[in-house]
Amino acid sequence: MKYALKILRRKSAADTPVWKSYEFETELESVTVATALSLINKSLSDKIMWDCSCLQKKCGACAMVINGRPALACDTRLSELKGEITVEPLRKFPVIQDLVVDRTILYQNLEAINAWLNGNANASEKQNEMLYEASRCLQCGCCLEICPNFYSGGNFFGMSSMVPVARLLEELPREEEKELRRKYQKHIYSGCGKSLACRDICPAKIDMEKLLVNSNAITLWKYLLRK
Amino acid sequence: MTKRKVNIIGAGLAGLSASIHLAQQNVPSRLISLQPSERAQSVMAEGGINAAINTMGENDEPLNHYNDTLKGGAFLADENAVWSLTQNAPHIVEWLCSLGVPFNMKGNTLVLRNFGGQKKKRTAYSKSSTGKILMSALIDEARKYEAQGLIKRYPHHQLTEFIINDEVCEGVKITDLYTGNTGKLYGAVIVCTGGMNSLFPEMTTGTAVNTGDVTAQAFSQGVALANLEFIQYHPTTAAIPGKRMLISEAARGEGGRLFIYKDNKPFYFMEEKYPELGNLMPRDVVSREMAALGEQVYLDMTGIDSEVWKSRLFDLQEECIRLLGKDPQKEYIKVSPGIHYFMGGIDVDEQHRTNLSGLYAAGECACQYHGANRLGGNSMLGAIYGGSVAANMAADYVKTVDYKDSEWTENNSCNLLYDYAVNDEIAEIMKNALGIFRDKQTLEKAVSDLEAKAGAKMMTDVFANRYLLVKAMLLSALNREESRGAHTRTDFPEKDDEHFRKTTVVKCSGFDITLSMRDIAERRAD
Repeated sequence: MKYALKILRRKSAADTPVWKSYEFETELESVTVATALSLINKSLSDKIMWDCSCLQKKCGACAMVINGRPALACDTRLSELKGEITVEPLRKFPVIQDLVVDRTILYQNLEAINAWLNGNANASEKQNEMLYEASRCLQCGCCLEICPNFYSGGNFFGMSSMVPVARLLEELPREEEKELRRKYQKHIYSGCGKSLACRDICPAKIDMEKLLVNSNAITLWKYLLRK
Repeated sequence: MTKRKVNIIGAGLAGLSASIHLAQQNVPSRLISLQPSERAQSVMAEGGINAAINTMGENDEPLNHYNDTLKGGAFLADENAVWSLTQNAPHIVEWLCSLGVPFNMKGNTLVLRNFGGQKKKRTAYSKSSTGKILMSALIDEARKYEAQGLIKRYPHHQLTEFIINDEVCEGVKITDLYTGNTGKLYGAVIVCTGGMNSLFPEMTTGTAVNTGDVTAQAFSQGVALANLEFIQYHPTTAAIPGKRMLISEAARGEGGRLFIYKDNKPFYFMEEKYPELGNLMPRDVVSREMAALGEQVYLDMTGIDSEVWKSRLFDLQEECIRLLGKDPQKEYIKVSPGIHYFMGGIDVDEQHRTNLSGLYAAGECACQYHGANRLGGNSMLGAIYGGSVAANMAADYVKTVDYKDSEWTENNSCNLLYDYAVNDEIAEIMKNALGIFRDKQTLEKAVSDLEAKAGAKMMTDVFANRYLLVKAMLLSALNREESRGAHTRTDFPEKDDEHFRKTTVVKCSGFDITLSMRDIAERRAD
């Protein structure tokens, strides 16, 4: 079968982006955007740069904007896309080249919000489902791309920070919660407009709402009630 | 803070473990990787991590784990190293619990599952995404030390060369792929770069980024490699675009059964031939049996209880539905063996030291613990434990060495063309020669094909390095004239302890490869 893709390309951040069209033919039954990029690159000397690693939606590397929506290239089948297929880099991060973006802000925010445990974990079996869910974030950036409240460098850190922190809030002994709780309120709670577009777009299908409600309860309501 | 004197290459489980264990001793390190930890192959590990913590009332103890690991590895592993690994496994799992890893529990007790090659339940797990869940906890733990300045990350950086003088490794040269800037970072080096999966495109369950290029670079600079002929084919994998999807051994641990159709009826060949362990024989045995049948094998998971699907295999079920279009609770899945793990790699001793001072290796890139065949559940254990051992050795070593300051050269033009695309011609040669069944004729032809290809090519650094690595793999397989673990020679079907219960060691000088056999270390008295 024959396919055509339009890809937004640029050689560097300073370069003006240009849409370029590519066609390829394959016998393969199931073609993902990731497969398409590999196949197009095989015959291209000026290769399209894109990040990839696991190719089975476990690592988040290949997040990009496909037909206007952020998604993982390895998890998007061409047969599921309607009309002309467009592929461009995530827009909320600085572009390095073609489809490769610099997602450093994800990690800077996690450090700024103190996303780590100081003492030993303190959870019991009851919390296991919540902890498991909160350990699944791919740090792909799709949720930030779609979020009406997030911008890089802003005060609101978005769900890519909320999810790992949700695990830590569950695990922290009460006496150690304070700093993380304060930062959670500042960088997550007060900035989230609850559009929950993140929940619908998350490639790992993490239940953001459940984690958000739980973390809000730990940081705000339980704390207020204790007072 | 003291000077930063340890460079860790690779930020998966072994690299994270090494950096955290160094930080615990107040030794600052650099964590250098092509991509951030979230993209490492470790996040793909599924089934679990082995430790004889005996929570299932089966009288398990580390001695059993030790014996199973040696036997599973066809008695080719270093006995002292395996002894330390298995004795320390319970502490590793305890540590992971203290970091908040949500292992499956019952009350306050860890639940363990059955895994291949082990008669007792010994594998702790988080559903079937154990690697991802462990990584999340270790990433958070490393972040704590990053905030203290003890760990400094260099993501999107590629190693280009080791700095070696007189058999001493004094640092690494790296390139920032985003800016093209190059750096010389002096210090001891711990290589934690994982397997060589992308040398086998379409045939492997691993990532596209595990190129083996760091191993190849080390080899070209005089670092010895070992047991390269032992490549693990995981029995239950299925083709998806660009690669093979792993169906965790946990599926069989929880009751999944392999069969072929015989007279239109399911024939459970593993259960017939191996009544005791059945579908849970070690991976080398299962894959060999499947390959020998020469027929389509199916994995029947329809008999697994729906509660087990929900609490232990939920993610596997979702993956099968999404990537294969089949619900394993209702339908049989077509499976065949795929390249999954490299038992061989950088030659290290019990303390994870290479043949060069100041250079260590841990995790899948190192040849340690697994002998001729790795048991499921031992890879994450080996990576975390190995990383800690290498860290301790490096911490000790750098105490007495004074290193130069880092030197950076600006380039300011991004240099992303790290070679994801693997040389398809090399892959084609490897595929034929290094399958489950091997023989002299095919291996020799592969060597001569490879030499012809190399002769006709411009030998760029990357190609020359890969050429040498692949040639060393072929020569190792050719030299081992016996069948053991994951290495099956149709022309030498028997095991030959007298000549080959030894480690294959390869070294390279220029374009010449020399091969020798080293005796296996016997277990010392305590």
